[in-house]
Amino acid sequence: MARPLPPFQAFLDEHRGPVLAFLRSMVGPIDADDCFQETFMSAMRAYETLDGRHPRAWLMTIARRKAIDHHRARARWPEPREELPEVASPHGNPGEADGAGELWALVAELPPMQRQAVALRFAGDLAYAEVARAMGCSADAARRSVHEGLKRLRANGAIATEAA
Amino acid sequence: MSAAADTGALERALREAALADGLAAGNAAAGFAERADREGLVEVAYSTLDTPLGTMLLAETDRGLVRVGLPREAFEDVLAGLADRVSPRLLERPARVDRARRELDQYFAGERRRFDLALDWRLITGPFRCNVLEAISKVPFGEAITYGEAAARAGSPRAHRAAGNALGSNPIPVVIPCHRVVRAGGAIGGYGGGPEMKRFLLRHEGWLPEA
Repeated sequence: MARPLPPFQAFLDEHRGPVLAFLRSMVGPIDADDCFQETFMSAMRAYETLDGRHPRAWLMTIARRKAIDHHRARARWPEPREELPEVASPHGNPGEADGAGELWALVAELPPMQRQAVALRFAGDLAYAEVARAMGCSADAARRSVHEGLKRLRANGAIATEAA
Repeated sequence: MSAAADTGALERALREAALADGLAAGNAAAGFAERADREGLVEVAYSTLDTPLGTMLLAETDRGLVRVGLPREAFEDVLAGLADRVSPRLLERPARVDRARRELDQYFAGERRRFDLALDWRLITGPFRCNVLEAISKVPFGEAITYGEAAARAGSPRAHRAAGNALGSNPIPVVIPCHRVVRAGGAIGGYGGGPEMKRFLLRHEGWLPEA
């Protein structure tokens, strides 16, 4: 028999920080709260299907789906697509904001798969195998997307002020 | 600077930015909990309550009060037990247990002698346990009966030991007043919340004289 599920409050407390950080990096700080609610509503409804060995990857799969839905609704695309559309970064333009916002604004300019992989890895705090699980790709592909993303961030000067 | 060190700094910066973002999660979580409650997803709501005895925990379902956690219990275990035996869709929602909180506040302030609360009996399993706890629910404030009497009122006069066990497993203490059962010789007997708590309650109700 499966192990009993933890109280949802404990599940929420354990994962709320990384989920919000991930969503902020995907849709910006204003819309992240809506996506956060949608994510945990879906998770609570489907709680019995929780993958007990990878609870955070299970949750981030939902969060990623909500972020994609959000972008799709914004873009009002006539047909569903798996990739994130190119939309203006709600973080503003690089160089205008400071601190966290500036860094995530650079992440927002990455190609969709790199952006998702970097956000899942560092904001979602997932291992590569879990990033892969949340994105539905292989662990190698997840690792590659993260590394390509980091390379491009460095090329775009993402750590000009951090490397000192 | 090497590429590896460079990447390390970037990874650190990303993680730090995420941590800063995650700090706002308290508000987001509160907004979610409110909505989950409004849309009927919360099957067990709980809250803590400060009492003269320490912090207690109150948990409620749509049927009523299902569990009272005493200060001596580990609330993490109490909540895990509720998740396992009632429903894992459990959130802290103080507003949902408002009535129980108010009545317990009044009880400890000496303004209430009986509780007028709906109870959810689902954690009280087995007919004998039910009978014992039902029987002592009728013992009024300020009075006490013996374990033998409790067993007799539950229909099994010689089962005073089993009656003690049934009382010891009372999931809704204080409200179901298992503290109103004492030993025949005059000793107050055991209590899940510890003997001091039982003594406090019996003094509070005037059955034991003030210290």
